[in-house]
Amino acid sequence: MSDPTFEIRMQVMWNRLVSVVEEQAMTLLRTAFSTSVREAGDLSAGVFDPAGRMLAQAVTGTPGHVNTMAEAVLNFIAEFPRAEMFPGDTYVTNDPWLGTGHLHDITMVSPSFLDDRLVGFFACTAHVVDVGGRGFGADGKSVYEEGIQIPIMKFAERGVVNRDLIRLIRANVREPNQVVGDFYSLAACNDVGHARLVEMMREINLETLDALGEFIFSRTHSATQERIRALPLGRWENELMTDGYDVPVKLVAVVETDGQSVNVDFSGTDQMSRWGINVPIIYTKAYASYALKCVVAPDIPNNWASLAAFTISAPECILNAPRPAPVSLRHVIGHMVPDLVLGALAKAMPGEILAEGAAALWNIHISARPVAGKSGRRAEILMFNSGGMGARPTLDGLSATAFPSGVMTMPIEATEQTGPIVVWRKELRPDSGGEGAFRGGLGQVIEIEALPDHMFDFSAMFDRVNHPAKGRDGGGDGAPGVVALDDGTVLKPKGWQHVPEGRRLILKAPGGGGFGPPEKRCAPAREIDLKRGYVTETGS
Amino acid sequence: MTSSPRLQNRLGADIGGTFTDIVLERGAEIYSTKILTNYGAPEQAILDGMAIVLGQAGIAATDLDIVIHGTTLATNALIERRGARTAFVTTEGFRDVIEMRTEGRFAQYDLNLKLPEPLVPREDRMVVRGRIGAEGQELLALSEADLEEVAEQIAAGGFGAVAIGFLHSYANPAHEERARSIIASRVDLPISISSEVSPQMREFERFNTVCANAYVRPQMATYLTRFQERLKEAGAACPVFLIHSGGGLISVETAAAFPVRLVESGPAGGAIFAADVARRFGLDRVVSYDMGGTTAKICLIEDFAPKTARSFEVARTYRFAKGSGMPISIPVIEMIEIGAGGGSLAWVDAMGRIQTGPESAGSEPGPASYGRGGDKPAITDADLVLGKLDPENFAGGAIKLSAAAAEAAISTHVGAELGLAAEAAAFGIVEVVDENMANAARVHAVENGKNISENVMIAFGGAAPLHAARLCEKLGISQCLIPMGAGVGSAIGFLRAPFGYEAVASKIIRLGAWNAKTVNGLIAGLKAQAEGFVQAGTRAATRCEIVAYMRYVGQGWEIPVALADRDFEQEDVNLLRQAFRENYARFFGRAIDGASGLEIEVVTWSVKVQAIQPLPPSIRLGLSGRARAVLVSRAVFDPVTGGRLHNAVVERGDLQAGDHIVGPAVIVETETATVVTSSFDAVVQEDGSLMLIRKGTVQ
Repeated sequence: MSDPTFEIRMQVMWNRLVSVVEEQAMTLLRTAFSTSVREAGDLSAGVFDPAGRMLAQAVTGTPGHVNTMAEAVLNFIAEFPRAEMFPGDTYVTNDPWLGTGHLHDITMVSPSFLDDRLVGFFACTAHVVDVGGRGFGADGKSVYEEGIQIPIMKFAERGVVNRDLIRLIRANVREPNQVVGDFYSLAACNDVGHARLVEMMREINLETLDALGEFIFSRTHSATQERIRALPLGRWENELMTDGYDVPVKLVAVVETDGQSVNVDFSGTDQMSRWGINVPIIYTKAYASYALKCVVAPDIPNNWASLAAFTISAPECILNAPRPAPVSLRHVIGHMVPDLVLGALAKAMPGEILAEGAAALWNIHISARPVAGKSGRRAEILMFNSGGMGARPTLDGLSATAFPSGVMTMPIEATEQTGPIVVWRKELRPDSGGEGAFRGGLGQVIEIEALPDHMFDFSAMFDRVNHPAKGRDGGGDGAPGVVALDDGTVLKPKGWQHVPEGRRLILKAPGGGGFGPPEKRCAPAREIDLKRGYVTETGS
Repeated sequence: MTSSPRLQNRLGADIGGTFTDIVLERGAEIYSTKILTNYGAPEQAILDGMAIVLGQAGIAATDLDIVIHGTTLATNALIERRGARTAFVTTEGFRDVIEMRTEGRFAQYDLNLKLPEPLVPREDRMVVRGRIGAEGQELLALSEADLEEVAEQIAAGGFGAVAIGFLHSYANPAHEERARSIIASRVDLPISISSEVSPQMREFERFNTVCANAYVRPQMATYLTRFQERLKEAGAACPVFLIHSGGGLISVETAAAFPVRLVESGPAGGAIFAADVARRFGLDRVVSYDMGGTTAKICLIEDFAPKTARSFEVARTYRFAKGSGMPISIPVIEMIEIGAGGGSLAWVDAMGRIQTGPESAGSEPGPASYGRGGDKPAITDADLVLGKLDPENFAGGAIKLSAAAAEAAISTHVGAELGLAAEAAAFGIVEVVDENMANAARVHAVENGKNISENVMIAFGGAAPLHAARLCEKLGISQCLIPMGAGVGSAIGFLRAPFGYEAVASKIIRLGAWNAKTVNGLIAGLKAQAEGFVQAGTRAATRCEIVAYMRYVGQGWEIPVALADRDFEQEDVNLLRQAFRENYARFFGRAIDGASGLEIEVVTWSVKVQAIQPLPPSIRLGLSGRARAVLVSRAVFDPVTGGRLHNAVVERGDLQAGDHIVGPAVIVETETATVVTSSFDAVVQEDGSLMLIRKGTVQ
């Protein structure tokens, strides 16, 4: 480059762009209504070039959203020709195949105009508390039962909100104020991103983002290529069993590297389920890419160029379920994809890859209401909970920590404000981490009861009840999950079920697998485990 | 002067990570000194410094009227984990709240992530039966038998402090209070309860805060007692006050019981300093920028008062990443702090991008140019290579800087990696650190619903004047004030702090169920609490600020809405509703329409009581002056044109009020230098402050 300061200026603008999308995400967090967004961070935000290529994403966000949204923007561009795009527009969809994999995620895309020139797009996604239908759960037989479908359409045109859409949504969902509030919040976050981008471009006299985009993509591309060249060449296969809904589901992945790209193929994976645990390919791809990136290029920013290095192929199967498959709980199987892919990479890079973990979040959706004849509150309550992460080659697994998902839990004090339930316990689960030179992360125990005069139904969306997380390189398996009532009744790990007044629901989220042979665990680590009660003398 | 003659000799003492700053104010005169912080006996550095400034002023310790103290000791005890072994008593079923944290990972792609260890390990966390519900109702009676047992365990366990935190205690503290009295009857240890330390919703934050308070309490109580005794021995029998994180003063007794309120009190002093300068110059919208050796702090100051918040995060463990520290929910001067100081080190990441900090060269070995064994490039080295610093005249000539060493370090660690010459690499380092600070400032402003470019910057701290003008260019700010005494700004700020206390309580009240009587009672209670603290320190008249933190029902974050200090009537609810909608639109673009039945609620109530201070003398802001002839010049890299320009070089000590220096220029003084970039001029103010003014904005 003839001008040495060109390089520096580009770097500085790149930083600035990241700060723009952070502001965008922060606005979403601060204005959202659902606890899933405002407390748990189940969202993503990013900025794209006019061709729909992701330039930067907010650090705040979860892979299932970020990497799907990265693809989704192209679908919006295909829907609206340039002549139908105006400053002040905001587009919306919750289409599982065009958006982020299930109806509960609302994706909004806004074109960003500098004067009359289209300079890019802002996109954001968040999980809302209800979309009507059967509610958040696995029991739908097709997507039509899972709630209202919003095709790609305009939420606002030239800044004016589509009131008919709002009315339609209000009439179709159980918590209209929260859901409509979140729609506004999503739109506001894109608006803030747009305003900051325009400020930035005016300040540094940028006409377009083209040069900056080329700089970002070429830098990212060459850094990612360098990492891929350092990988061993070859083809590695792995399979993983998960609980499924009524029958176990086998997932198969083949990871192949040729020195230039990494492909994951899912041939051999079981067919679609009759239940809402199927996964649109856009979501499978998101989590496969996430797993690869953690191993290959964890420090390289996530954008179009870093994602382009990873390709995915799959025949029609549970990981590539076409419309109109029921997909409400696509996250349960989707969250297993990283463990599946990491297992194949462990064969390519022995001794370097962590053990399996709880993987799927232990989310629970509760629909609470007064018992017949009593007065009280109705409420939809969503809780995110995490089991244990697999042990790492040099570290114990993280206990009760979300992986691969990037969400957080909600404070119990916030959850109990949202509806008539009491959470009596949310605590680490001793003896649930797989044994090993490094111990698997602990799961957790949760106990939930309705307040007096109330009862609740809950949607179970739990895995690793029958197929616990496997240890690696001689490490033991993590403890399987448990779903039961306090009177000992064993409940199903998936599907809507009832908990009457006075009974407590007991959830024991699974632990992570151990790494390396248990006899190699050092004595001080064993002592600490006993002293802290991570492991008990008797085991439990 | 309107201040009372009894308070003529005022001493401010700020214990920082590297230096302990002492300031003595005697009427209009200010004497100051810097002493290396003494970690073994922190009070010794204060006494040493006190002797020096008393000598300068020619007075005795017995002449002192007041001592105001701020310290990083509580912060450091948390960062370095040097607190008391603490027993944490909590609700059965919730033993692991402070260990499970948010259940999230603050770095998404790092498979070897380590989470911070909880302050109190699991074996020292004990549970008792008893449960308060979300509405403050008792769901399960407190088990006194469990408490008796826990008290036995604590008595036998070799603990130094006790913390108690129960679910929903912000809504109903009865169980915590009862638990305290049972345990207190069995063990003789300081006991902290979460409903007193931090009565705010969200259990992880509240429990962590009460544990932090208990954890540092024995150490801080001992230190504060010893400090008072040593002062008395030295002859200073005057009252002693502490500055707290919210920027007000509290008694030694309050500080000893609630030491968590001392966390980040030094930076709070800096914000108070800037607020005082703002008032003197009548600047109603200010962003303060404090850049020292390891971090930069940025704070918004509106109408001469720094912005405040109700929680923050300390002891970040992972490159200052949000979420990697521990949350503390107490009233605090809201500022954004990033790892960007003169000693912050520069490096190149895998993408070939220059990164700066948070690792710092500190004072040992220091930046490469100090020639004390440091070989990695720091921000100071880059400033030197660009010509912003005079190598012969740094720190008044006390340290000779080596430009060759700086260039070598920059070339080796940054230039070679990127194929850039030392100067271009140095420009890159400085641009990146300036951009990082600018980003932090922008985000901070946005979170507060403000436009950063409409502010005047007040810059202080050793490294700030070198970077302030460029930062203003990036932020679109047209005026930047470099006040006198900038090197010891925090300690001067202590002397400007009002006696004040903010009482905060979470109590959700929906506007639809507004009951003026309930609200008046609630506010009166908070007011009595806050006034109690303030009246322990002063008899001056007080002023009261009431803020309701409000949101739409269903949201999780609130925005502040200022309320009038008067009894409310039933119909005032409409004023509240309207004020909320206006504030909301200001923060987020538009209030929410089309959602009939969407309720608005107040979540948290805050009452801040402050002594009314005499106004400082006002200074007329001079924006123009007489041109000053300049004889010396130096080539300094100009970030706008990307090349070197001849800069006028001026000694700050030679300047007189009304002097006008045309940029580009460097105004040098013993501790630092003010860089006036080519887009700015500087005008010397009546009190010696420098005002940088963007060219073309003032006739």
